[in-house]
Amino acid sequence: MREVERLSGTPLSACFQCHKCSTGCPIGPNMDLLPSQIMRLIHLGEASEVLESQAIWLCASCEACTTRCPMEIDIAGVMDTLRMMAVARKAAIPDAHGEKFNRSFLGSVRRHGRVFELGMMMAYKLRCGDLLSDVDKAPKMFAKGKLKMLPNRSGNVNEVRQVFRRAEEEEDQR
Amino acid sequence: MKYAYYPGCSLESTAWDFDRSTRAVCRALGIELEDIPNWICCGSTPAHTTNASLAVALPAFNLQKAQAMGLPVLTACASCYARLRTANHTLRNDPEKRHRAERITAKPYDGNTPVHHVLDVLVNHFGIDEVRAKVQRPLTGLRVAGYYGCLLSRPPEIVAFDDPEHPTCMDELLAAAGAEPVEWPFKTECCGASLSMTYPNVVSRLGHRLLSMAREAGAECISVACPLCQINLDLRQADATKAYGPLPETAALYVTQLLGLALGLSADELGIKALSVSADSLLNKHTGAAAAAGGVL
Repeated sequence: MREVERLSGTPLSACFQCHKCSTGCPIGPNMDLLPSQIMRLIHLGEASEVLESQAIWLCASCEACTTRCPMEIDIAGVMDTLRMMAVARKAAIPDAHGEKFNRSFLGSVRRHGRVFELGMMMAYKLRCGDLLSDVDKAPKMFAKGKLKMLPNRSGNVNEVRQVFRRAEEEEDQR
Repeated sequence: MKYAYYPGCSLESTAWDFDRSTRAVCRALGIELEDIPNWICCGSTPAHTTNASLAVALPAFNLQKAQAMGLPVLTACASCYARLRTANHTLRNDPEKRHRAERITAKPYDGNTPVHHVLDVLVNHFGIDEVRAKVQRPLTGLRVAGYYGCLLSRPPEIVAFDDPEHPTCMDELLAAAGAEPVEWPFKTECCGASLSMTYPNVVSRLGHRLLSMAREAGAECISVACPLCQINLDLRQADATKAYGPLPETAALYVTQLLGLALGLSADELGIKALSVSADSLLNKHTGAAAAAGGVL
């Protein structure tokens, strides 16, 4: 718990299990653990149960929980921290879609300074070994001008790479 | 009125119609936009769930450029808006994180460049009455559900420019455009956002909930102000109705597209053709004068 509090900077020990976060969570019905259950498991030191849950990757960062928590716990911020801890500790992440998406997205930003959607989507689908889902949407997206064949690069690509490198160094020291 | 414009990645691709309609509406109202030169991605959700330092540094990189321009920032993407505001909030309130961001970007930045969403600018800077005075083709009788989503409302101390649980500014703007905003309870419920890529079944469920509630409240279309809300309700609408039951097709238009039509701009100037669920017949029915002249679309 101390580690999650330190990294997220939010007092999650203040949680008294009112369940307001869980009742308002739009993703709750899809989660294996509800936000309030995650808070309680952290109190109990059940690191692996929390870090190996799918729930921390299902959180859509809609911030309803953070906004409504009577103890002002930044619950969505805790979810961010738990994802980072799960990656850093090499936890057994179920299906790892979220982690693969993050890597594909940030890889695209590092390379071009901006997201190249087509390249990012292909990188993600390759990582998941699932090239066929949503292919029905690609022709429509091309026809509507919503997908481009080439990246729109920022003129600051070299600086962007340095920002990524230094941010990773800083993050390792936290 | 002049702003440093931050389009963001979505507005160059999946939401090019939001970019086009934002620029067109601002031009029509005399709001000047100057692009931030060589802007980079704000990092969006992948950055704040992967690397907390990066999640502040990427927005700071762009805000430093805007500060050098001496202009407040205007952005239309709700996710960019939330990331830029959140970074400013962190940089102003946490000296350690500010020093870290300055080391990463190799430039000083104090977190004081103002950041506004286009909806905030239209309603609170330009003004509802001033917008109403510019309406040439009122959207008479068009029943719209104003959908604000998460990131313009939460967390309120960082992003909100309206009531976080029951915002009304988009409804007021749509009413000024001659439309009839409907009262409905899911104005700020989440659409699933970037789960669109990772867990599309969740997005289908949430999209279906939103669309059916909007219909139940009497709306004929939905007005959105975020690229993720738009794609989840529009492009993924067919998946939602396939998985969770049929619904009448419901167009999800950007608020800037609806307002632009009322200001007399053409469908082409507003990127109306980019919609997956067509709004053509609906808009021809409700843009009265134009319909008499054979339709705008």
